[in-house]
Amino acid sequence: MNEKELLEIENIELKLLIEAIYLRYGYDFKNYTKSHLKRRILRRVKLNDLKNITELTEKMLYDRVVLEQILLDLSINVTEMFRFPEFFKDLREEVIPLLKTYPSINIWHAGCSTGEEVISMAILLKEEGLLNRVNIYATDINKQVLDIAKEGIYPIEEVKKWTKNYQKAGGGKSFSDYYVAKYDHAIFDQNLLKNVTFLEHNLVIDKIFIDANLIICRNVLIYFNKELQNQVLELFEESLIPGGIIGIGSKENLRFTSVNEKFESIATAKIYKKKIGC
Amino acid sequence: MKYKAIVIGTSAGGIEALKIVLKDLEPTIELPIIIVIHIKERTDGFSKIYENLNKLTIKEAEDKEEIKNGVIYFAPSNYHLSIEDDYTFSLSVEEKVNYSRPSIDILFKSAAEVYTDNLLGIILTGANSDGALGIEKINKLGGKCIVQDSEEAYFDTMPRAALKYVSTCDVMSLDSINRYIKKIGGNNCE
Repeated sequence: MNEKELLEIENIELKLLIEAIYLRYGYDFKNYTKSHLKRRILRRVKLNDLKNITELTEKMLYDRVVLEQILLDLSINVTEMFRFPEFFKDLREEVIPLLKTYPSINIWHAGCSTGEEVISMAILLKEEGLLNRVNIYATDINKQVLDIAKEGIYPIEEVKKWTKNYQKAGGGKSFSDYYVAKYDHAIFDQNLLKNVTFLEHNLVIDKIFIDANLIICRNVLIYFNKELQNQVLELFEESLIPGGIIGIGSKENLRFTSVNEKFESIATAKIYKKKIGC
Repeated sequence: MKYKAIVIGTSAGGIEALKIVLKDLEPTIELPIIIVIHIKERTDGFSKIYENLNKLTIKEAEDKEEIKNGVIYFAPSNYHLSIEDDYTFSLSVEEKVNYSRPSIDILFKSAAEVYTDNLLGIILTGANSDGALGIEKINKLGGKCIVQDSEEAYFDTMPRAALKYVSTCDVMSLDSINRYIKKIGGNNCE
């Protein structure tokens, strides 16, 4: 069999796996970016020492543990504190003053992964005197990453980079004020998480659950095709109060999406405000 | 062979090498040139480095952007770049591959699957082995590969690694690669 035929078969196998996940467990990855799906699935095939995607499909159908592995593979959990510091600088300078005008504030952090950006946000809110007025809803499709996020404990070797990010983001204090170092780990101040609710939420099928003043969803939309991007952005748009704010990844864009007309850009980082009257 | 796209991967020494490879290209070129270079994040962008080098549009590839002929695209710093079946780009921030993000292997493999035997893959100077598996995939699916002559390369690790995986790659100097692109650009045939 030649390589092109093998490629064709592999693509069929991938489709069948995605369909099987949907039929068996109800998780819908059909509108995820194909290159992303394929790369992550082939990586899993290799890690589990399997011959091909079909073998993985068979194992997944009978064994929920294999499904959980695949779910972890497909939700990218690469993140860091104050990632792309300019974004947090813009949040501090452009968004916090707006939030201060509200008596109570709902923030939805969608696709929060292991929680590093949630803690970053909490630190920012604390320094701006807003933390007590805020409810943060941090959601992810994946239970395992939420369990890590709830703990707020991370490997200490990351902290050096995070300290730099924090300073670049305009942080004026000592970053070490926010964690205790113990057994090669940084244990973050639990008070930062006291107004945070961690929830399982699947952006593809779950609906609105709050009126949000601010939604943060960074580097999640890039894994969706255009159709699903629009669907999820419409969900965000409906969840935001008029004048509400959305922050997305530095290489993501509302241009060419179905909600573009309803938002205006308010910062150099990818931060948009929902127009009043929309 | 009729080419529909060129992918180029390079690392250390790549900025200067690309200045020769991309020199004086004409906008009539009937294919896109898509490049991964390992480089620290730059605020001035890639078009700034290469402005006045040729008459093509030089830009950073955007997520879901449609790939157009006669444009030179660079993978954004810190994002992997892939090509989808409908000739659009997609970005990803998953873990580094070969210590690199963007990774040449990721671009090359996805491009190979979309363009199969209409793809030209080029590996230039670099001090690691990213791109070797990508070149292997391009070769398997019928595409052509060119590797910078390691005698001339600023760092020869990357060209040598590619040749280790596909010994049949053409070995060329930067000037010859430039001439070759101009030649196939004109009528888009070898």
